[in-house]
Amino acid sequence: MNRYLVQRAGFALLALAALVVVVPILLVIGTIVVRGMRAINWEFLTAMPRDGMKAGGILPAIVGTLLLSVGTALVAIPVGVGGAIYLSEYARDTWLTRAIRLAIINLAGIPSVVYGLFGLGLFVLFLHFGTSIVAGSLTLAIMTLPIIISTAEEALRSVPVEFRTVSASLGGTRWQGIRNIVLPQALPGIITGVILGLLRAAGETAPILFTVAAFYLPRLPRSPLDQTMALPYHLYVISTQVPGMPAQVQYGTALVLLALVLSMNVVATVIRSTFRRRRQW
Amino acid sequence: MAKIIAERLNFYYGDFRALADISMHIEEYQITALIGPSGCGKSTFLRCLDRMNDTIPGTRVEGKVWLDGQDIYAPGTDVVDLRRRVGMVFQRPNPFPQTVFDNVAFGPRVLGLHKKENLADIVEASLRGAALWDEVKDNLKQDALSLSLGQQQRLCIARAIAVRPEVILMDEPCSALDPIDTLEIEELMRRLKVDYTIVIVTHNMQQAARVSDWTGFFWLGRLVEFAATQDMFTKPTHELTESYITGRAG
Repeated sequence: MNRYLVQRAGFALLALAALVVVVPILLVIGTIVVRGMRAINWEFLTAMPRDGMKAGGILPAIVGTLLLSVGTALVAIPVGVGGAIYLSEYARDTWLTRAIRLAIINLAGIPSVVYGLFGLGLFVLFLHFGTSIVAGSLTLAIMTLPIIISTAEEALRSVPVEFRTVSASLGGTRWQGIRNIVLPQALPGIITGVILGLLRAAGETAPILFTVAAFYLPRLPRSPLDQTMALPYHLYVISTQVPGMPAQVQYGTALVLLALVLSMNVVATVIRSTFRRRRQW
Repeated sequence: MAKIIAERLNFYYGDFRALADISMHIEEYQITALIGPSGCGKSTFLRCLDRMNDTIPGTRVEGKVWLDGQDIYAPGTDVVDLRRRVGMVFQRPNPFPQTVFDNVAFGPRVLGLHKKENLADIVEASLRGAALWDEVKDNLKQDALSLSLGQQQRLCIARAIAVRPEVILMDEPCSALDPIDTLEIEELMRRLKVDYTIVIVTHNMQQAARVSDWTGFFWLGRLVEFAATQDMFTKPTHELTESYITGRAG
């Protein structure tokens, strides 16, 4: 076989590999959109579930997921960004910071159900938060932290060292340099990381399973110490735990979750790409 | 009068001795040029004068640097304030990716000068001082990175003088610029020395000869010769200096 044919065959194989990645994604999204669209109407998005969840809407699950995302953000953003600033700007390379970095990498690899059990032990039982939005948000926040810390740290490191040096040469303290020049430059990257982290939190089932999620609670939560329904867990419940569930409701719920997560993803992508176009140092 | 006196200054990167027993007087309101081949220690010496080397791990300083009679390496020195008094202009023009105004206002803002004085006045005075005002006065909100390289470097000089330093250190400020921009910066330096003490590191011997009052010649971490620029370039006392400035060594 001559080398041009080898090349052509090689490209064909690579194209096939790319296609293998794209096709399932399109199929998944396509199926959910096509089959879920029929369930989507005003009532489905704004009413309480009725009839053992077979009819009515999924409002408490939507509200629950949004509340959990906000709760997660409130905890994970300050802690995560603060940790990233410490690691990138202040920490020296010692055994302690190396241990912290190692821990962060390892945290990112822990299965989400382990976070769920951890949250049950620490927040629900030991700290007596009970099965609540607080306990669920804290659990999701801990799971999200490694993502936020590592992307935020990378964003901070990508700001040229020179800017810190210049700030110092003008009589700025280290913090003033970070606050006035490094953070604003790193912000788009940090926001992207935060959104990606929250995105993962919003779609997770296992961490909220023992810490917050209600099987069936057809009302909106009344306080941060209340339980709530949440989209991922609700989807699990109606797909596996309730016999005779109309497929339409299942696909409709999946579509709402997917739309929520994908729209956040699009926002992250837009921020990242406008940032790239603007950056010119 | 000497503004800065270095006394038996040694600097180490790990075990490597980058500066060996440098002693030098830097005169107030004069331009002192540091010349020598790459790696001779002239930039390292420059950075010792505002303790910019402090942040590099594994480095060590011995000896003294006196600024107005105060040893800047004495324990308890306010390094942040030292760097306000001793400004720096870097090799590559490095304005912040912000507006022209915000670049110049950066220093006054972090120092809180804007609370006592009109920030716009400080910015205007600094831009005039750096001979950039006429070119940017109509659009102070433009992105600093949209300026030409020469303008960017003058902006960096404006940013440096906005905090009213006493000394300005310049680390090869023209090496990224074309000959015309270079001459503009040199002209600017001559005007700035009325108010500031200037130390410039340069690769360009003609530049040192054109612009400076004093010249120090570094070689392998040592200060081989230090003299009035006129004398240095007409009758150097060391053979090595003569070889270098005539282009036979280095």
